[in-house]
Amino acid sequence: MSSPHDYAPHDYAMTVDHLEVEFDTYGGTVHAVRDVSFGLRRGKTLAIVGESGCGKSVTVQALMGLIPMPPGRITRGSAKLGDTELIGLRERTLNRIRGNRIGMIFQDPMTSLNPTMRIGDQIVETLRVHRGMSIREGFKEAERLLDRVRISEAQERARQYPFEFSGGMLQRVMIAVALACSPEVLIADEPTTALDVTIQAQILDLMQALQREEGMSIILITHDLGVVARMADDVAVMYAGQIVETGSVEAIFHRGGHPYTLGLRRATPSNAPGRAQQLEPIAGSPPDLFHPPAGCGYFARCPHAMRICERRMPEPFELTEVSGRADEIRHRARCWLQHAQAPRTEGVNQNDAGREVS
Amino acid sequence: MTGTTGNVLLESRNLKRYFRLDHLRYVHAVDDVSLVIHTNEILGLVGESGSGKSTFGKTLLGLHDKTAGEVLYRGEVLPARYRSADFQRFARSMQMIFQDPYSSLNPRMTAGEIIAEGLRLRSDAKPQAVRDEVARWLGQVGLSPDHGSRYPHEFSGGQRQRIGIARAMIVEPEFVVCDEPISALDVSVQAQVINLLADLKFKFGLTMLFIAHDLSMVRYVSDRMAVMYLGALAEVGPADDVFFRPMHPYTQMLVASNPEPDPVVERHRSPEPIQGEIPSPINVGPGCRFAGRCPKVMDRCRQTTPELLPVRDLNSRDLNSNATRQVACHLYG
Repeated sequence: MSSPHDYAPHDYAMTVDHLEVEFDTYGGTVHAVRDVSFGLRRGKTLAIVGESGCGKSVTVQALMGLIPMPPGRITRGSAKLGDTELIGLRERTLNRIRGNRIGMIFQDPMTSLNPTMRIGDQIVETLRVHRGMSIREGFKEAERLLDRVRISEAQERARQYPFEFSGGMLQRVMIAVALACSPEVLIADEPTTALDVTIQAQILDLMQALQREEGMSIILITHDLGVVARMADDVAVMYAGQIVETGSVEAIFHRGGHPYTLGLRRATPSNAPGRAQQLEPIAGSPPDLFHPPAGCGYFARCPHAMRICERRMPEPFELTEVSGRADEIRHRARCWLQHAQAPRTEGVNQNDAGREVS
Repeated sequence: MTGTTGNVLLESRNLKRYFRLDHLRYVHAVDDVSLVIHTNEILGLVGESGSGKSTFGKTLLGLHDKTAGEVLYRGEVLPARYRSADFQRFARSMQMIFQDPYSSLNPRMTAGEIIAEGLRLRSDAKPQAVRDEVARWLGQVGLSPDHGSRYPHEFSGGQRQRIGIARAMIVEPEFVVCDEPISALDVSVQAQVINLLADLKFKFGLTMLFIAHDLSMVRYVSDRMAVMYLGALAEVGPADDVFFRPMHPYTQMLVASNPEPDPVVERHRSPEPIQGEIPSPINVGPGCRFAGRCPKVMDRCRQTTPELLPVRDLNSRDLNSNATRQVACHLYG
């Protein structure tokens, strides 16, 4: 896959090219991430969408140097934070980048915090390691950070233990820890999946407000299309270890060019009045990544599959946008339906003149 | 809506379920819930975690003892505390589908054994007839007969949930409590399971209590929707009415925080912030439970508990006689 970056390099906070990750298991080698490339624009939110097992979490773990090796292995590819190459860095160098320049929050804040340490102490620990603060300075700063993530009575809350916090409050604490060093990039891996909708709305609002204040770039990993619609500027749709479509959030939701993207949309209830919409499940299940198919990973489930789809995965095709805005990223889909000679297919946004990007 | 329509299948009257923490503190998990469920309807029950929805579902089925109040099934008062003979008797008509298809299936039993168990407990079950029924139900839920000899770990999440559905359905119950049946599943698979449940309702005239926190999905699948907050009902009514014209401030908050899968809609969302979190259900005092978070709170709300009363929704297009809206809020009293 070619580089997806059409802008000058300084527009990107982070770029990933041809990333491949494998895991050795008793059952054989799992090809978890297969030739993944994307760019995260500065100050914007990129959502990586996909179902469990599609490789979205492994992708960002690779960026953070969090893949356990062995059994994991990054076999190919590069990931750059500004000009710094992240893949293959030594642990010590990585430790300076993690936390300082990239912050991360996870799905389950309870397991990310030490249950036997007071909340304040855990934040102070980060501040001492990364910003060389004294304990006294650290506590002051911890209170300021808790305040920033809208936790009231920060001074008292800092003296409490994780079990005294609700799930939503713990996620705020995790965001406070991630913000401690004003990172350029925040990676949020399903940050609201374990939370109620009302608390989810609060956390998403908070992330948006902090992004505006700090100019952070965010990679948001989620399977929830509602969250994507609310948060994302750009979207990458992943399936079976590959990115099958990238584009602006409008392009992905309203002018989708890959049948999997469209399938996800139709399997999600919309909130439009009336019951005209029928939920259309995607039949079957994703392919076995021990033996990834030679062709398109979606072949077996795709209602529009053609013979070539089984044999070869196309490079991304660029879609011509009729209604796109000038500042949108290029809309690309890895699907043979975008080829100039592909049959016209209803519901799929197809090119008039398909052009494989290479 | 007090049972005059004649098609009431199940009804809870002032149902309470408290859990005792120590001699002074009680968790008011379900606190005075009166709710009617009509034959062949899907009643969606939504609310935040800790609102008591699952406890309510389990108390209906006798899986929890009732602290006070009663449950009527076809007009018959069910025992306050089930004995094994009661389970034997009522499990034929009332079943449950659980949230987590990973922990709710015995890993040492094959899918076939799991599905057959309900039938085999009957004294009159003949082995061949049980085998035939298992094969039939594997087919009904979209699995193949040879799946019966496999163990749970060999199935995907969606397939396990199908096994859970077949297990509940094989005794041909009239009423099924579905407790978050799709929360653990992927988006594409959620739709498969939802369509399967809707099919079963249609084919077998099933009545369901569908417990979930995903508002869009509940609205999609349900005929009526009930909203629960801190152990009590806040609002009940036709699913579309409650979703599009929520009356209780809590329902309004839930709907406002439910993200719509459309970036254009999301961009024009009103920036009204969502306040606070669900408080502790221990020793709940008088007054409206939602008063602490309510943007429209009045003095009255902190003193008197609002009752769930019928409120007229002039815009309702639902002309069904069961379609009355009920709201527990002083704004409408």
